[in-house]
Amino acid sequence: MKALRNFLDKVKPSFEEGGKFHAFRSVFDGFETFLFVPNTVAKRGSHIHDCIDSKRAMSIVVIALMPALLFGMYNVGFQHYLVHGEEASFWATFFYGFLAVLPKIVVSYLVGLGIEFTVAQWKGEEIQEGFLVSGMLIPLIVPVECPLWILAVATAFAVIFAKEVFGGTGYNIFNVALVTRAFLFFAYPAKMSGEKVWISQDTICGLGSNQALVDGFTGATPLGQAVSSTTITDAIGAGMSPMDMIIGLYPGSIGETSVIAIALGAIILLWTGIASWKIMISVFAGGILTACMFNAIGANEVMNLPWTEHIFLGGFCFGAVFMATDPVTSPRTECGKYIFGFLIGFIAIVVRCLNPGYPEGMMLAILLMNVFAALIDYCFVQANIKRRLNRVNK
Amino acid sequence: MELFSKKNKETFLTPLGLNNPVSVQVLGICSALAVTSKLEPALVMGLSVTIIVALANVVISLLRKTIPNRIRIIVQLVVVATLVTIVSQVLKAFAYDVSVQLSVYVGLIITNCILMGRLEAFAMQNGPWESFLDGVGSGLGYALILVIVGFFRELLGSGTLLNFRVIPECAYEYGYLNNGLMVLPPMALIIMACIIWYQRSKNPDLQEKNN
Repeated sequence: MKALRNFLDKVKPSFEEGGKFHAFRSVFDGFETFLFVPNTVAKRGSHIHDCIDSKRAMSIVVIALMPALLFGMYNVGFQHYLVHGEEASFWATFFYGFLAVLPKIVVSYLVGLGIEFTVAQWKGEEIQEGFLVSGMLIPLIVPVECPLWILAVATAFAVIFAKEVFGGTGYNIFNVALVTRAFLFFAYPAKMSGEKVWISQDTICGLGSNQALVDGFTGATPLGQAVSSTTITDAIGAGMSPMDMIIGLYPGSIGETSVIAIALGAIILLWTGIASWKIMISVFAGGILTACMFNAIGANEVMNLPWTEHIFLGGFCFGAVFMATDPVTSPRTECGKYIFGFLIGFIAIVVRCLNPGYPEGMMLAILLMNVFAALIDYCFVQANIKRRLNRVNK
Repeated sequence: MELFSKKNKETFLTPLGLNNPVSVQVLGICSALAVTSKLEPALVMGLSVTIIVALANVVISLLRKTIPNRIRIIVQLVVVATLVTIVSQVLKAFAYDVSVQLSVYVGLIITNCILMGRLEAFAMQNGPWESFLDGVGSGLGYALILVIVGFFRELLGSGTLLNFRVIPECAYEYGYLNNGLMVLPPMALIIMACIIWYQRSKNPDLQEKNN
């Protein structure tokens, strides 16, 4: 640590005004503040600050994503060996998944950070830390067979059009990772849905199985199956109990399958106070109530899914914990958070039930509510002002 | 008065660039979104609007001293409707496929804001020749934007241009895919936004001031 600090102090002058690499000062500044908490403080005005700045907060979110990421890697390997009917050791399974997922993480960070650095450099601004989290979220919400180049295109699109044009980190209206996914979903539906994309079938760097696929193989996600049939099976056609759904060894987007891994992340986020428990709780409340309501109607297969399966399957948990609680795109007012969360849960289940073509109700629900976040805030702030004015005028 | 005086040239050229009806005045957006998923309908639509604006401008300009002020909108609409009907029939007769693709949007040229805008703002005050130039300029300015949007949407969305395959088959074998979002209307808006973005960053005078 000490050596790193000394090195940074040594090279710092060449990035300052008049130095050799002055043009790259924002890149240097970005790295320095990422590694060490900056020692500068605000000089004027009153500032009430938490002891952690946003780079530290972002790092904690990335740490909270680790359980889901590691489990996702294992699950990718597990599904691969499962559909080939081959037994593999834990490490072989995990390492296969690691090799399948790692390129996606690299591509997502390279493209996203590349654009952020370029824009910051170009506008002469400091590099913002927003992409640290988005870059980790993006690989977790795509299918494992999503080609790298379309991931790069989608990431570039989302960073430019959902973030930089609005003014960069902290000004975006939409969750950047979800815009990436929405872009992929509408632009390349063949690579984002269906039965072929959820399980990696080829060998990677000589690792993996060469055997033929087992009989009864189905690559569809459980939620995809729920559209047309009453029984939900895993990748080789065996039935699934609610416990299997919680553990999450079934085909799906890389990070979204395991409720346990996501719950670990949620505990980290709530314990450190980075995510709002109000939003999380109300998303689940909205989802459960709506699912029960549709159970009572029961007009199609998805409506008949019990509420537990609605919550456990698909991106519901992942969205509720990591996406809906994004502090930039959710309301700031405390009451607003309840309404925001509740409507996300409600719309997610409504989309799933009423349009079975879009099992990704969660993505659409969060993006839609992102639009209304500012409006919800506005209403509560105005109501508050009005209430206090009345008190004064009395 | 000469035919191509400096002022007339300006009348003709500004709608193509600095006073473009779509990218600067932001008129006629709806049809620009609807007909640009392929290049061919975008071209035909652009030409139709050019012809209609130019001729309507001339007719209204000739009549401008005799039209009673109270009923001028009705007169303008009658002229435009006549021209639109003629163009629509011509398209049906000689370019039936395109007219099917354009569907209602040819008929809806009547309600295109560019037309009424030019008639009200220009043809009612100026002579026929200037009005003609202004109409052709505005129409071509509209067509220009449509063609740019249509070009990108067809190239990236279908891999073709004017229905000829441009992106080679072997690219698809290597895993290239058409971008399905390009064919959907949202992408037309985003391309349009990029054009506006580019134009305003080149010409800072066009940027709206924040009050």
